[in-house]
Amino acid sequence: MAEGASIECDLVVVGRGMAGMAATLFAANRGISTVQVGMIGEIIFASGCLDLLAFPSPETEAPLDDPWAAIDLLSQEMPEHPYTRMKREEIKAALDEIVSFLNAQGLPYINQPGQNVEMITPLGTVKQTYYAPESMGEGIEALREKAPCLLIDFHGLTDFSATQMAATLTDVWPNIRSARVSFPGNAENRELIPGDIMAETMELSKNRAELAQAVKPLVGNARVVGVPAVMGMKGTREILSDIKNQIGVPVFEIPTFPVSVPGLRLNETFAHGLLKKGVKRLLQTRVLRADPSNDGTFVLHTGKSEPEMTLHTRGVILATGRFWSRGLVADRNGIREPLLNLPVHQPEKRDQWHRERFLDLRGHPVNRAGVETDALFRPLSETGEPGFERLFAVGAILAHQDWKRMKCGSGLAISTAYKAVEAFSKMG
Amino acid sequence: MPTGRNPATVVDIQDARELEPVLSPDAIAVYQVEDASIDPFKLSLENMAQAQALGSRLLRHTRLVGFDRDRRRINSARVQDVKTGEEMVIEPEMVVNAAGAWAGEVAALSGISFQILYSKGSLLVTDRRITRRIINRLRDPSDGDILVPGGTVSILGTTSVRVDSLEDIRPTPDEIDLIVDEGSAMIPILDKARYIRAYAGVRPLLKPEIEENDRSASRGFTLLDHARDGLENFVTIPGGKLTTYRFMAEKTADLVCERLGIQKPCRTRTEPLPSTEAGKWTEPGLGPRGWIKAKDPENPILCECEMVPKSSVAHIIEDARARGDRLDLRAIGLRSRVGKGSCQGTFCGKRVMAYMVEQGEFGGQTALNHLRDFLESRWSGERSVLWGEQMVQAELKEALYCGLSDLERWSLSEEKRSRNG
Repeated sequence: MAEGASIECDLVVVGRGMAGMAATLFAANRGISTVQVGMIGEIIFASGCLDLLAFPSPETEAPLDDPWAAIDLLSQEMPEHPYTRMKREEIKAALDEIVSFLNAQGLPYINQPGQNVEMITPLGTVKQTYYAPESMGEGIEALREKAPCLLIDFHGLTDFSATQMAATLTDVWPNIRSARVSFPGNAENRELIPGDIMAETMELSKNRAELAQAVKPLVGNARVVGVPAVMGMKGTREILSDIKNQIGVPVFEIPTFPVSVPGLRLNETFAHGLLKKGVKRLLQTRVLRADPSNDGTFVLHTGKSEPEMTLHTRGVILATGRFWSRGLVADRNGIREPLLNLPVHQPEKRDQWHRERFLDLRGHPVNRAGVETDALFRPLSETGEPGFERLFAVGAILAHQDWKRMKCGSGLAISTAYKAVEAFSKMG
Repeated sequence: MPTGRNPATVVDIQDARELEPVLSPDAIAVYQVEDASIDPFKLSLENMAQAQALGSRLLRHTRLVGFDRDRRRINSARVQDVKTGEEMVIEPEMVVNAAGAWAGEVAALSGISFQILYSKGSLLVTDRRITRRIINRLRDPSDGDILVPGGTVSILGTTSVRVDSLEDIRPTPDEIDLIVDEGSAMIPILDKARYIRAYAGVRPLLKPEIEENDRSASRGFTLLDHARDGLENFVTIPGGKLTTYRFMAEKTADLVCERLGIQKPCRTRTEPLPSTEAGKWTEPGLGPRGWIKAKDPENPILCECEMVPKSSVAHIIEDARARGDRLDLRAIGLRSRVGKGSCQGTFCGKRVMAYMVEQGEFGGQTALNHLRDFLESRWSGERSVLWGEQMVQAELKEALYCGLSDLERWSLSEEKRSRNG
């Protein structure tokens, strides 16, 4: 790309995680000329499930079956949580718009309207989510009914142990068994890493036949078979149905530790859909400097490490995430927001960032650090007023939430992105 | 043989910076002295293994809860398995109290009191090895003035803070900042280095030994023969430094032998500590070397930061089984490099836990409790150095174990189940 190239647009979305993808899609759907900038997001670590909210506070003893009831409790439990800035209809509209887009793009999601569902995790624990990839649906139903189930894993896939998961789950799901087979084309049992290569292997019908042949004699009384979530990048529905036809019982996917294929599928699906909607995406590029102009617009200098391009834009949505994606940076002296040096709400001292126990149920105070905003998700300056008319911050970078403990990551990302884009589109 | 003197040679500053390029350009003089470092994990394991090989019994996870004594002797010691709560009684001819910082508490159980003062020292571990040699700042012992290589990492220390109690021994942010700032004066890149852990230990100081400075006080040692307090089969060997630990052990053993009427001379000074199977896997690089050589497709790497293959973990488990012992996840970590790299157990914790379930070392119901213990033991060292890259690492770890897997909820659901019968 020639140095000094420049683009004019209405809106720049910074970030490629769930919040950045959602904001870009909402903007494109509203006819806003949008450029998305960012390095590969945490989306490739995502389980693929869209959590809304299971715990109104990290300390809530048991998960709530009704995520909307959990959201209503936030006004008492965590009154500054970003959800409290929105109406239920807005959150719902945001989720609907994303899920219908994913469905239309061939990545179907399922849910039980108004209810969280329970699913099994790669540790063999049970967790709540709101929308799950269709490929996990049979597992959710089988867990609910405690139907006889066989979990399959592969020689060489050290990150996924069906034996351990079944042994851990047996207490809540007595009819669960495990077995290990060779992954198609890996008779030598070489080391395997979850990801696109395993997924693409399953796209070939001869490999599916090989897997089905290995699994079929093990099915026995099982009414359903669980497998690691590596069943194809695009044709998952057909792959699972093909295997089902060959082994005689339904097959479901279980999320894996990274790299997560359901996360890759989300990434690919958004990428493809956004391209079709005419969004300009500057991939593997970061915003190196952001200069606000006096007239309320922004000049962003982007590139891999040296400035390659200049973006002139009326609005900016920061969906830069937390520490992992450098939306926030911690050093010995404190936590800062590196792009615009926005004020960051944080504990007074470094010693208060983390609890003494990693798994302390209260969650770590640093998790609630972040950027504070007004009701339209515009970051507040030191004066307590929005610093810029058309600058928004959405998703995990926001203060007053603990998505890892409250199980609200995707819901938070999608709904705050929705609210910000709606606000921007009405500003004219 | 120690001569009591450590010869120093002058090294030209330019030459020194070629040997150790990270040395401060502000160095005004450099001296080379005889120095060495040890692998503390290996040393502990080999000591235990040799003692076991010579017929002693090691009770891990066992706490002394009390002594039964008469006027002149300790007749029995009551100990408790901290995991099962089971109590056991040992009837010893002699009791040696080598409980380090806890020596005063142990002696108190017999009714003898002497005062021990506690000097806490904190240290930081870098993510990679910074220098080939030990680097000391040439001044009176002070804070943050030594950098010691430890295999694939370097260790920067230390502080000296008087504490009143052995509860809550951990590095404070002020200590960490002091160590980093002082260390950076000697080696500037320490200011921006990535630290993966910090930990604190306690130097026990026997009251009469105390001089001006806590650090210089404890190199000598005192063997306390409690016959003078009226207990003829009880001795305490408190304090001391690692440099002299074999010598301290010899003096203690000589006193014990004299009481037991054994005439033979102590052999520790002539017979080196043998290398054993048990201590083998703490050595960085040993697992990977064997792994690369064997090229066995069915022997995957379980710990990627430190390149520990499945076969090393299998070996440690077998070795323990042969001695009738069962290991948990933390014990695997102490006997290998598992969990010691920059991810601090994020990936290897889950993998090794699953492998141990597959090998029948523990059941699926307790597996996640073992994993929780292991992650907490890593956390205690990570917590005080979580800024920069390690903050990123900690966030990923919590995203996987809590965000994705709800591990923080595990014990709750277990309790809930048992409540429901």
